[in-house]
Amino acid sequence: MEVEAARLIGAGLAAIGAGAAAAGVGYIWGSFLQGALRNPEAADGEQARLYIGFAVTELLGLIAAVIGFILLFG
Amino acid sequence: MLKKKRDFTVAEAEGGGIDPMSQFKIEPIAGVLEQGQVAFTNSSLWMLLTLAVIWVFMWGGMKRELVPGRWQLAVESVTGFIDNMVVSNIGPAGKKYVPYIFTIFIFILFANLMGLLPIGFTGVHPFTVTSHILVTGVMAVMSFAIVLAVGFWKHKLKFFTLFVPHGTPLPMVPLLFVIELVSFMVRPFSLALRLFIAMTAGHVLLKVFASFVISGINAGPEIGLLVSIPSFLLMLFVSALELLICAIQAYVFALLSALYINDAENLH
Repeated sequence: MEVEAARLIGAGLAAIGAGAAAAGVGYIWGSFLQGALRNPEAADGEQARLYIGFAVTELLGLIAAVIGFILLFG
Repeated sequence: MLKKKRDFTVAEAEGGGIDPMSQFKIEPIAGVLEQGQVAFTNSSLWMLLTLAVIWVFMWGGMKRELVPGRWQLAVESVTGFIDNMVVSNIGPAGKKYVPYIFTIFIFILFANLMGLLPIGFTGVHPFTVTSHILVTGVMAVMSFAIVLAVGFWKHKLKFFTLFVPHGTPLPMVPLLFVIELVSFMVRPFSLALRLFIAMTAGHVLLKVFASFVISGINAGPEIGLLVSIPSFLLMLFVSALELLICAIQAYVFALLSALYINDAENLH
């Protein structure tokens, strides 16, 4: 049963990665909003960069989720 | 022995008899699902349905009326959006990639949205085509193949200067070359993985909340009120969030494809 327990604990630990990515994504959107409120004129031009940053950061959280899925269902 | 333990895990995760992973199961509709056999599966069916919906959507908006109606305006705003995005990222040379980027964008968008349809009869349920890495992987490989083909066609061996940024000190060149090469090679995987796992995770989340609602109702009125109603409200909000994620993932896939093609076209 130890292996089974270790799998479940590992899946739970992998969820920490999702939380870390949440902090990163929140930082990106927060910074964007901060900049956009200071200079609303320039905000629309930076949306593509915002989404690139979001996508790259989010991917790390999703990889953590993949590890969780692999441990639980793989 | 390990197989037995895995069954136990899946049963544990079921939560009130609802297995959140069974919605991704590929089932043959015609033919048999075996190695070396061709079968028409529910995945193929939903791809065809997606194609049909896209066809109707585009056909309704491509009548070229002088005074555009709402439908034509909707189609024109989507095409204009992608056209803008591609041209602003690749430059005037990007015009020839608009059809490809638009195809990818609209297919992913419609497949994502149709997988989220809240209809389900016994055994028949919406299938999210993009929740399988095989589908997203093929699309990512297509983008990557275009990058390679355009890069080597246009720049020949100078394409390798993509891996060495301008103004790199000479001792750093071998190290940076390797790092940039790895980050270049990882692109198709990250492109495919992002879309596939975002869709999978979102649908699992919705199914887990749905199982909370059903288990709460089954457990009696008090627990039902305490658990089911908050879970249902949360499910509502998560569904709205998923709609946003569907659009964002389609946009991100198209945007990153455009950026990668920009690398090949213009060699930073």
